[in-house]
Amino acid sequence: MIDIGLGHYLTLGAVIFTIGIIGIFLNRKNIIVILMSIELILLSVNINLVSFSIFLNDLSGQVFTLFILTVAAAEAAIGLAIIVVYYRNSGTIRVEDIDKLKG
Amino acid sequence: MIAHSIFFYFFSIVAIISAIMVTASKNTVHSVFFLILDFISISCLFIMIGAEFLGMIMLIVYVGAVAVLFLFVVMMLNVAQQKNQWFLSKSSSRHIPIGLIISAIIFFELIIVVGGWKYKPDLVSLSSIGSTNEISNTHSLGQVLYTEYIHIFQISGMILLIAMIGAIVLTYRQREGVKTQSYVKQISRERSEGVEVLEVQSNKGVKIDD
Repeated sequence: MIDIGLGHYLTLGAVIFTIGIIGIFLNRKNIIVILMSIELILLSVNINLVSFSIFLNDLSGQVFTLFILTVAAAEAAIGLAIIVVYYRNSGTIRVEDIDKLKG
Repeated sequence: MIAHSIFFYFFSIVAIISAIMVTASKNTVHSVFFLILDFISISCLFIMIGAEFLGMIMLIVYVGAVAVLFLFVVMMLNVAQQKNQWFLSKSSSRHIPIGLIISAIIFFELIIVVGGWKYKPDLVSLSSIGSTNEISNTHSLGQVLYTEYIHIFQISGMILLIAMIGAIVLTYRQREGVKTQSYVKQISRERSEGVEVLEVQSNKGVKIDD
């Protein structure tokens, strides 16, 4: 309990990943919260990579964390642009009202 | 060691509570604020276990760019006050138990993986790139990033460029009635349509700008 090892960090990553999944499934508000849940999931993946990289003394995990950071920033920018365009066209971004594809 | 564990539990509890609040809070602006708090506590964890460069980069990229972008969009789209309607509408609450079950299964799978790692720690062999303690974290990352991973690094730069161009193209719109400068029209203008030579009679003047 006192000795913080790799398992603690992996458990923290698993908890945050699951919270992100729950946030995607149970969302009743707007799509922006879903995008934030995706950011949480990417954050938990970053926690896993960094903790493995530190505890295994291997630097490549941190390098790939940098690349995940890049991809997350690009994804947030593109997703928010799509949301802005959709709101401009249809006036709502509520999850229940977005049914143009009839899925 | 005691201080390390105290700080770990503090930052991780703050991170988990703020992650729950991101998904559960009624106001979207509050969700963005809790997302910022989550990023800050996780980057404190990174700095604490020795990945200082990544912690600082996460502060800059996530808190400084991504979260501010989220906040900007939330405040621009006027969706901040939408009410949370969990478990209220009957037609849409069917998938909530399924979602909870799937999330629980995912969590237990991840915990099983963590437990397996704990009982057999020599499952993965170490790579050849080892970080030494003599040079700092940032220095060693730079040494690896610009030599071993140079192609992936440049491809990630291309991804950022494409994302920037895509976001601009998506949100750009041509408005009616706005005077803009047209370089093609300016350059391709000829003398005959710009200058006119008039014969001015004396004591009469000439009217330009009709």
